[in-house]
Amino acid sequence: MGAVIFRLKHTIFIVCTYNWKLKMRLNKTLLALTISALVLSACSDTDEQDAGLTDGSQNAASGINDASTSGLNNASGISGSEMNGSGMGGMSGSGDYASTLGPEFNDPNNPLSKRTVYFMLDSSEIMPDFIPVIKAHAQYLIANPGQRITLEGNADERGSREYNIALGEQRAKSIASMMKVQGVSENQLEIVSYGEEKPVVFGSDESSWEKNRRVELVYQPR
Amino acid sequence: MNFFRKILLIVLFGFMAPVSHAALTIEITEGVESAVPVAIVPFASQGSPVNISSVVNADLGRSGYFKMMDEQGMPSRPSTAAEVNFKDWQGLGQNYLVIGQVSETGGGQYNVQFQLLDVFKGEQLLGYRMTSSAADLRRTAHHISDLIFEKLTGKKGVFSGRIAYITTDNQGNKQQLHQLQVADADGFNPQTVASSVEPLMSPSWSPDGKKMAYVSFEKKSAAIYVQTLATGERARIAEFRGINGAPAWSPDGTRLALTLSKDGSPDIYILSLASRSLTKLTRSFAIDTEPAWSPDGSNIVFTSDRGGNPQLYMVPSQGGQEKRLTFSGDYNAGASFSPDGKNIAMVHGNGNDYRIAVMDLATKTVNVLTGGRSDESPSFAPNGTMILYASKKGRTGYLSAVSLDGKMQQKLVFNSGEVREPSWAP
Repeated sequence: MGAVIFRLKHTIFIVCTYNWKLKMRLNKTLLALTISALVLSACSDTDEQDAGLTDGSQNAASGINDASTSGLNNASGISGSEMNGSGMGGMSGSGDYASTLGPEFNDPNNPLSKRTVYFMLDSSEIMPDFIPVIKAHAQYLIANPGQRITLEGNADERGSREYNIALGEQRAKSIASMMKVQGVSENQLEIVSYGEEKPVVFGSDESSWEKNRRVELVYQPR
Repeated sequence: MNFFRKILLIVLFGFMAPVSHAALTIEITEGVESAVPVAIVPFASQGSPVNISSVVNADLGRSGYFKMMDEQGMPSRPSTAAEVNFKDWQGLGQNYLVIGQVSETGGGQYNVQFQLLDVFKGEQLLGYRMTSSAADLRRTAHHISDLIFEKLTGKKGVFSGRIAYITTDNQGNKQQLHQLQVADADGFNPQTVASSVEPLMSPSWSPDGKKMAYVSFEKKSAAIYVQTLATGERARIAEFRGINGAPAWSPDGTRLALTLSKDGSPDIYILSLASRSLTKLTRSFAIDTEPAWSPDGSNIVFTSDRGGNPQLYMVPSQGGQEKRLTFSGDYNAGASFSPDGKNIAMVHGNGNDYRIAVMDLATKTVNVLTGGRSDESPSFAPNGTMILYASKKGRTGYLSAVSLDGKMQQKLVFNSGEVREPSWAP
């Protein structure tokens, strides 16, 4: 029995750090009967935060029942359907339309068959190998003023994503400038940068990265 | 010697909750030397659909601050303070003990109560009773974790917070599905905010956590949207020729900093959300992008390659003199301010390695925190203790978290697809 009483005292001490002496004046039998109630509420009349079990309906639960997340399921429904609808065109599939423009677009010996221009790391400078390719496409566009082309800029996965968007745009703009110098009209050219968001090769090595640092020349259906 | 090092703790909890499911598993890859022993006794529970004590155990363990006691080795399973024999727990070297009960009160409501006890002093440190609906039980558990964490560390817990991130799944036929998702900080309850077969990028929380700005290529060109999370309503707020990117909410919630290239090279602009008026903040001929507001709203840090390679610069948000902040390394980009405004996390590139580094703004000291080869998109936890970021290994993109001192590391592995661009809710 002594042990039990000790345990009870101990419990009260634990539960009510600040006013256990006051509680000890109470009849021990009563204490034994009401121990569970005390554990939960005895101290709330003195110092709710520190000494007792605080009623969560006042503070704790109000934060828990925050309604800000409750509608998220709706959010996905509304925007999801809208966006899936508009985006169903799929990936750009560069080259598919160009390959229908004429045999020169499919002849590996013709520069018009090359519709991807590659770049060095963190650079938008056009490498000499690609100048004939860009000039050939420029000549085609000059000869076909109704033909429009989108220059899709891309970057490898390294570095931060929005910087890579800017880098991809610079690469596409380098090609656009060269084409305009050749005489291509501004309104034949569209530029979009996907940064590192549309890799053609998934891999974290130089052979993958160099294939992703590119601008794709995408002929648009007339 | 860090004795906790190399211990790999895999926390799996997909089996517990019928009301939610796990999007990921979290591995602690490095913990702190001084992890404090804590025993969470399984709560006495009558028909609770969520194992509350198990969620709390996982939360606290995942923080790296605590060494959680294995349930198997517990000498008893007290659920009230009266049942606790402190000597038993002292003998097992436990510093703190958490006990509790969950009971159904009818109408789908539950009564959850817990006590945090100091084993050596034999004192109660915390005691709460809460009511919760079945659907909110996990959130209640995270809230308990927050209360315990704050009591024992003096730092605010972030277990009941949320994270946003972007996933990509291959659909076959070269089609990819990109999704902007929001989940609890432990990866449960993933909900889709937006999905598209074209890329989604750069989620930015409004300071009140109720809206999100993001970039979508759904129209085959970039546009910035602001979406109300609760309703799904959204507005297209920038759709200029060229880049529409890197939205960043001002701390007062009234403006967005963003990147536009409509006039030529990418520059930072400030868009007033009420009037939709646009102010150009930077005017260099180089790339200026990735604006990040200081927490007091007075400055904006951004990435620019005006010096030849990408480095961080700072400009007053009202406009003014732009000064360079970073000088070490070939590449410093993608800044994120700590909540106290004293540190900036960034992507720090040296040679072929891109890692997360933190710069102390007062001393300008830069510390590299991570060891990956392609780490990016740092985002501070609201309590400033951890930085969430994206890593890559081969084809797999996953999320990681590192403590500000680099000593604690967590890996958040999603069940499928690539995960990137994490952003901790404010």
